[in-house]
Amino acid sequence: MSQPFSAAPRIAALFAKVGPALLSVGTLVLAWELYARISGISPTTLPAPSRVLFQAILQRQALFDNTVPTISATLAGFACSLAVAFILSVLIDFFKPLRLALFPVFVISQTLPLVAIAPLVVLWFGFGLTPKIMLVALVTFFPMLVALVQGYESTDRDISALLSSMGASRMRIFLLARLPSSLPYFFAGLRISITYAVVGAIFAEYAGAAKGLGIYMLNAKNNFRPDLVLAAVLVSALLTLALFAATVLIQRAAMPWERLDAARKS
Amino acid sequence: MSRRLELRQVSKSFGDIDVLAGITLHVEPGEFVSILGPSGAGKSTIFRLLTGGLEGHGGGVDFDGQPLADARRPFAFMPQHDALMPWRTVIDNTALGLEVQGMSRKAARDEVAPLFGEFGLAGFEHKYPAQLSGGMRQRAALLRTVVQDRAMLLLDEPFGALDALTRTGMQRWLQTMWDRHRWTVLLITHDVREAVFLSDRIYVLSGRPARVLREVAIPLPRPRKDLASPEATAIEADILHTLLDPQPAQRT
Repeated sequence: MSQPFSAAPRIAALFAKVGPALLSVGTLVLAWELYARISGISPTTLPAPSRVLFQAILQRQALFDNTVPTISATLAGFACSLAVAFILSVLIDFFKPLRLALFPVFVISQTLPLVAIAPLVVLWFGFGLTPKIMLVALVTFFPMLVALVQGYESTDRDISALLSSMGASRMRIFLLARLPSSLPYFFAGLRISITYAVVGAIFAEYAGAAKGLGIYMLNAKNNFRPDLVLAAVLVSALLTLALFAATVLIQRAAMPWERLDAARKS
Repeated sequence: MSRRLELRQVSKSFGDIDVLAGITLHVEPGEFVSILGPSGAGKSTIFRLLTGGLEGHGGGVDFDGQPLADARRPFAFMPQHDALMPWRTVIDNTALGLEVQGMSRKAARDEVAPLFGEFGLAGFEHKYPAQLSGGMRQRAALLRTVVQDRAMLLLDEPFGALDALTRTGMQRWLQTMWDRHRWTVLLITHDVREAVFLSDRIYVLSGRPARVLREVAIPLPRPRKDLASPEATAIEADILHTLLDPQPAQRT
């Protein structure tokens, strides 16, 4: 870049990237706003986006109090899921028959309808944090496990052959080649799973909780306040976006070579 | 002096498919020998047997007069594609073999750093492989190979993926480097000109199942500068004839 300290071209480039998305979202919101105003539909059926935003600001304290437990459930559940998925992926990589034994169980776990399983988990484990962590782990564990196992298997055969010709043990080859090779797959899985995680946490709260965005939405619905339901939806969407952005930033920091690859290919 | 490497009637099959059908060849210390053959003939299988990537074969392999045991690793191997790790900087890639041997990362870096100039990589120590040209990547891969300080180098089509001009440059560069260091080298290639230019002797292999069609000594004086001198071209034409029109009578 010829002018590294000039911000204008950067802002222009950024706008070229996010402009289309802003335009499409803006058009949708505008159409919704116009429809709600012109048709005269009752705000207890379809509130206008402006009303949703206004109510969200009015109720900010309640929304905040209910967002904190959702964030803790999401992050705690996701951390558990990641830890278990990592340990199992390593075991599967070193002992292949384990994969044949375990994968069918995990595939079945993914077919369980959340609507049915969430109230049961709450019934068994109460209204605390435990059932939320379990449900978040249930929806995010398998995608992370598959991503990691596939990532190990994406290791360049030449690199493995080279390392074994150097006399590296299986453990050395795993640490030096297979683990770093799995990073792009790991982050792809992470980006997908983190969005599932928020939905999983809200679903768990919906099935029964003392506090949280899920139970807040349920109460707002029962009080005929769709504007507050949508305000909570807005918060959960922002939360998901923030977590998604965080994974992108972590990936950039963890894989500085990847942007060079992308730059070379473009 | 005993031979550095000797293969006696080495054969290998995968299920019903015979890949190597009694390969006999040898390499003297300080000698540059090439194995030349068509693609898919099983040339790389020989290397996989030597580096322990494959097990079970017929015939015998001796190294410095002793049967080759799994515990010893006398070879430094350079695979077909450069196999540089995209997540390691160039210096950490070249130091990989030393790290695997148990050296600390810092000590390994200190060991390879002085060689960057000679390999035309000075200033690129802390770049990633993606920032290097094709020729530089091959030089980094060769540096990673020779720095292991093994008794013998196994080079598997090191320049196969390069464009013609870069490849010629790299062949001349390798010739110069070999003149200086006199490594014991076994090179696999399907490029006849490359084999003639670089080697002291060439084993010409048939298609699958691979057997040695001919052993050709290259008496061209060193240092060699011209890849296509009249003498080299004559040998090249002769070998091409053997490869493209193999006569049973020419088998050794």
